[in-house]
Amino acid sequence: MTLKEIAEMLNAEVCVGEERLSEEVSTAFASDLMSDVLTLKDTPILVTGLCNVQTIRTCDMAGLDVVIIVRNKKPSEEMLELAEENDMMVMASPFSLFKACGILYAAGMKPLY
Amino acid sequence: MHQEYTVIEGDFVNAGKASSSVKKTLKQLNVSPQIVKRVVVALYEAEVNAIAHAYGGTVSVDIEADKITMVVADKGPGIPDIALAMQEGYSTARPEVRDMGFGAGMGLPNMQKNVDKLNVTSEVGVGTTVEMEVNFA
Ligand SMILES: Nc1ncnc2c1ncn2[C@@H]1O[C@H](COP(=O)(O)OP(=O)(O)OP(=O)(O)O)[C@@H](O)[C@H]1O
Ligand SMILES: [Mg+2]
Repeated sequence: MTLKEIAEMLNAEVCVGEERLSEEVSTAFASDLMSDVLTLKDTPILVTGLCNVQTIRTCDMAGLDVVIIVRNKKPSEEMLELAEENDMMVMASPFSLFKACGILYAAGMKPLY
Repeated sequence: MHQEYTVIEGDFVNAGKASSSVKKTLKQLNVSPQIVKRVVVALYEAEVNAIAHAYGGTVSVDIEADKITMVVADKGPGIPDIALAMQEGYSTARPEVRDMGFGAGMGLPNMQKNVDKLNVTSEVGVGTTVEMEVNFA
């Protein structure tokens, strides 16, 4: 599905990376644990409740470039600058991690493991 | 090519500066994305450890035609039992570190998985040195 469809389903605000909305994605991973994100073999989209600079930096290092922050947390300017510098997309959704993942799973997004 | 960086204790905002700079350099040198990922993930893990568990330190990187060598040396409490620290799940991370999304005890095992050579030396009360090598082909 497209990132635009995902943003709509999750009621999410696109904070940076608007130009990527038409891109297709198929796998997702959810974690608040950046230690875990660093062990991923592939580069799924990330759904996370962790909203700090390390979220963005870790994704950049692991090669993940779409980050969905849940629970109405607002990414800081610093996070968004770092994301923009690295051509990443960041969205913020008001839904809980559980609800966001449930919606994406039901819509056909595939788990990584 | 030789590069050096300094990391500062508790400075999570800048954790990863060295790794992202190395990432850019390797990309410019046309190193394959799979290898770039292995290098920067391992270096980032070591960098975060120096910031989280020690009192900061230095990162030095040497890039040659066929491999990259990375040395992360810190002044810190040292690791009393390296074999134990290498075990998945072993962590002494403080709550502040866990709040940043780290402290699962997965870093050292993940470095081991991503590099071709890993050498950890440590002296209690003095510091820890992590040397890593990744071959480009
Ligand atoms: N540079 C260091 N100085 C002192 N102790 C260290 C250092 N690096 C690692 N350790 C010790 O080894 C343990 C395991 O490190 P490891 O990187 O595997 O896990 P972690 O940093 O605790 O969590 P994670 O890496 O999953 O976020 C640490 O919790 C700490 O006790
Ligand atoms: Mg670690």
